[in-house]
Amino acid sequence: MKFAVVVFPGSNCDRDMYYAAKDALGEEADLIWYKEANLDGYDAILIPGGFSYGDYLRSGAIASTSDIVTQLKQQAEKGVPILGVCNGFQILLESGLLPGAMLRNQNLKFMCHFEELVVENNQTIFTSEYEQEEIVSIPIAHNEGNYYCDDETRAKLEENNQIVFTYKTNPNGSVSDIAGIINEKGNVLGMMPHPERAVEALLSSDDGLKLFQSMLVNWREKHVAGA
Amino acid sequence: MKLVKVHITLKEGVLDPQGKAVQGSLNTLGYNKVKEVRVGKFMELTMEDDANVEEQIEEMCNQLLANPVIENYEYTVEEGVTQ
Repeated sequence: MKFAVVVFPGSNCDRDMYYAAKDALGEEADLIWYKEANLDGYDAILIPGGFSYGDYLRSGAIASTSDIVTQLKQQAEKGVPILGVCNGFQILLESGLLPGAMLRNQNLKFMCHFEELVVENNQTIFTSEYEQEEIVSIPIAHNEGNYYCDDETRAKLEENNQIVFTYKTNPNGSVSDIAGIINEKGNVLGMMPHPERAVEALLSSDDGLKLFQSMLVNWREKHVAGA
Repeated sequence: MKLVKVHITLKEGVLDPQGKAVQGSLNTLGYNKVKEVRVGKFMELTMEDDANVEEQIEEMCNQLLANPVIENYEYTVEEGVTQ
């Protein structure tokens, strides 16, 4: 399986994402500069965390206007799995690939620590290796992770099982304790916690690895004969 | 040239933790009559004259300058200084 890790000016979790796909999962991965990126031929696209364009205007806003987002939309349309983590999630929101927006954390603090998440939907290509309602330990690191959407959107997210991860104890004020959501089609996942920072015991938790393993298992089932 | 002044504010009902903190500080300074603060953004755009200037500003606000999920915008168009 071949992963693309898109690198924006100001991305800073790109290497971690690359490491998760390449070393922890043991698959192919390329780091691609957003300007030169051709996303054709990749089996999955990873949008890493960081501070693209210094978070100017709003987190992810400037990155969402770059050409690469047009390509992202095309790949999303084709059904290619896209995972956006932290700033990657913010970029997916700003570009309209996922509904809602991010506000500053309710306590106005940048927070960087492990959080317990609840797997609310294990029927996705990103979470099939988890148990339903499984509690996983995955770190957060953000200042704008307070997910907001209007009541109508929230009802729709709940109705379609698009809320994939929630916080067991809400750290940032997100509506419905939302930590991660998926699009209706089921191939674009955005989440604030960093699964790529929890892929081996040495990092205090390997609970994030199952997310990448889920992507691999589902890709194999679809594309590898006899898998 | 036109001088466009854009005000971006958080929608009603959207929590503004930053505004709350500013309000708290003002109250601490003794301004006890301040009951709410909402923090927004102000931008000035200098634009070449164009027949569709308002249409373009609307587009720019919806596409980039404001996030319609959480923010409202208002703007005025004035005659700017030709440079």
